[in-house]
Amino acid sequence: MATASFETPRLKEYPVIPLVKAGATSHLKPFVANETIQKNLGFPGELVEGWQEKAIAKMGELLGKYRSLQVYMDACVHCGACSDKCHYFLGTQDPKNMPVARQDLLRKVYRRYFTFAGKYFPWLVGAADLTREVLDEWYSYYHQCSECRRCSVFCPYGIDTAEVTMAAREIMDSVGMGMKYSNEIIGKVHRIGNNLGIPEPALEDTLLGLEEDVKDDTGVDVKFPLNVKGAEVLLVTPSADFFSEPHVDSLIGYAKVFHAAGISWTLSSYASEAANFGLFIGSYEQMRKVALRIREAALELGVKRIVVGECGHAWRVAYNFWNTLAGIGAGANDPFAIQLQQQLDQRYKQPMHICEFTHDLIQRGVLQFDKEKNDDRIITFHDSCNVARASRMGDEAGGQFTIPRDIIKAVANNFHDMAPETICDSTFCCGGGGGLLTDDLLEIRVKGALPRMEALNQVVQEHQVNFMACICAICKAQFTKVLPQYGFDMGMVGGVHQLVSKAIRLGNKSPD
Amino acid sequence: MSALSLFYAALFYFATAVLVIGLGIKIRQYSRVPAPLKIALTPAPITPAGVPWRLAREVVFFESLFRASKWTWLFGWMFHAALVAVLLRHLRYFQEPVWSVVSLSQSLGAYAGFAMVVGLAGLWARRFIVDRVRYISTPSDHLMLALLIAIGLSGLTMRFVLHTDIIAVKVFMLGLMRLSVQPLPADPLLLLHLSLVALLMIIFPISKLLHAPGLFFSPTRNMSDNPRESRHIASWAAPLEK
Repeated sequence: MATASFETPRLKEYPVIPLVKAGATSHLKPFVANETIQKNLGFPGELVEGWQEKAIAKMGELLGKYRSLQVYMDACVHCGACSDKCHYFLGTQDPKNMPVARQDLLRKVYRRYFTFAGKYFPWLVGAADLTREVLDEWYSYYHQCSECRRCSVFCPYGIDTAEVTMAAREIMDSVGMGMKYSNEIIGKVHRIGNNLGIPEPALEDTLLGLEEDVKDDTGVDVKFPLNVKGAEVLLVTPSADFFSEPHVDSLIGYAKVFHAAGISWTLSSYASEAANFGLFIGSYEQMRKVALRIREAALELGVKRIVVGECGHAWRVAYNFWNTLAGIGAGANDPFAIQLQQQLDQRYKQPMHICEFTHDLIQRGVLQFDKEKNDDRIITFHDSCNVARASRMGDEAGGQFTIPRDIIKAVANNFHDMAPETICDSTFCCGGGGGLLTDDLLEIRVKGALPRMEALNQVVQEHQVNFMACICAICKAQFTKVLPQYGFDMGMVGGVHQLVSKAIRLGNKSPD
Repeated sequence: MSALSLFYAALFYFATAVLVIGLGIKIRQYSRVPAPLKIALTPAPITPAGVPWRLAREVVFFESLFRASKWTWLFGWMFHAALVAVLLRHLRYFQEPVWSVVSLSQSLGAYAGFAMVVGLAGLWARRFIVDRVRYISTPSDHLMLALLIAIGLSGLTMRFVLHTDIIAVKVFMLGLMRLSVQPLPADPLLLLHLSLVALLMIIFPISKLLHAPGLFFSPTRNMSDNPRESRHIASWAAPLEK
């Protein structure tokens, strides 16, 4: 592997706010996207001539398009309430990973070119010119932010560093400095339909294989339908669910739920990806283009409901943005949105999370479980950041915390939450989100996971927790990689529907 | 009409204009820039009616700051609460007759002056003692606190140690409001206090004091969480569908 070696932080008994260590991770940055990858998204292939003026102009454009950016550039008072809240600061000690300082990398340029004080008294307000050093600093530190929004919980004005990071990445993309990992993946979605680049025949084959596996395992013909017109539910799930461990166990769980409830469903090879990396690079256009695939598949297949699988940022995009971007939802009165609104069954929320779907069935007594099948597991739940701080489930605020936990408690007997200041809306990011789930950023991923690892360690010591459930494909991939670095077994992480799959009664199954 | 009175009259007219027009420009800007995506920080109010409550909890109790850091909350909240009491007390210079709430707040406001300076001093001390906060503090951060403390101390000194002719000050202020320049006492402490206040008014719209109007336009705090129930689309995004 090409990455330089680094030391995994030691787990401490109690979390400690570290002293700053300037430059600790200034050497970190992801691979830069090549010309092909950039051009596929309509970005310049490499750093353009006159990039400085172009970047400043782009910043000006974004300040006029996004209220969040304009307000957050002005409203910060440098109080430092956010400074000890970011998992990357806690894990690396680099002061530029403090949210306020990360924002200041952009803010200092904003002040220089867009404010009175910055133009005439730059030394007074910490304003700075946009030089090549600053651009490189942006490229490094804006790829040490997972856009998890934890800082926004604690800021008195709700300043969301994720909005700043997205703007910075959008500016960098516009002058040709793109990140290989995210931009390549978005290109794959446009070309093939999903992040992993699984083409339709391979997908079909994978699903048939899963049908065989489930039949062998349970004796029941649980189906994994693909491209079925007229199905009631279109399931859109992260492509990792088709391919990776432990994700595929959740996919099997969804299929079993549909089977036990007798509800017809289908996957779509055109919309074979719930994830939307357009979010991570702060590109409205890319995010919209990816989201439109779901709309087209829904219209093509004539489904009545759209359900999203276990994926964190995908749920953020689906829940908050699909109505805006692709007319998937309710409450519109324009022709574009009404077209799909009329097709979908408005008695149900559109779109719905698979956890909302399963939880509803549990509450209505449609599903039965043998909870003791999960007795070998002592379970905790990791709230994924995009679900916790950027979405909702159910009818009440905070349903995104209670619904997954209620499902776990319905299918298993042993559950313990981690420390309150590390869960729900204060949850610590897994460290791999926001486009950072790549091996060229392994060091920041491992160090950023420290706070979550410490919280997990506490319940492992106190309650012998041996399973951490979560509902995000990135978290699952990140934890399987990072848990062993901290001395935990990679098999400790799994999905909520993996637990459902273990315990669910499927009806006409062969006797044990 | 002495040159001094004329100078301070002009200074306050100028400072008021900069404050009002400057804030007006910024508030207009914040209200006109669209918020194209639903980015409420969840859990969030699920109807628009719940938003004012969330904002009120922030403005009155500094709820998020309390969760973030008890010490910062203590000093920050003390400063702001005391400031409200002090400003209320100062309304006596601009009203005749004064509102009853203003006359009732006279003794509270005087002692609030101490709380205000203690809060500010705590906030300033943090900028030296806590290494993370030291790292992010610019010269303007320090100067802002120095300015506010100087205003507080000069005011407290006039109230408790070296009294100034407050009747004449009120006549001067009421005169300004009626476009008539009245004599201003040439008391150095008073002139210092007034100069610093004018400076504060002038820098308000070009400094981080914009956090005051900014909070009300913060999309993470002022958006309701109902994206599935109601389609939210910005004016620059709607044409993409044509």
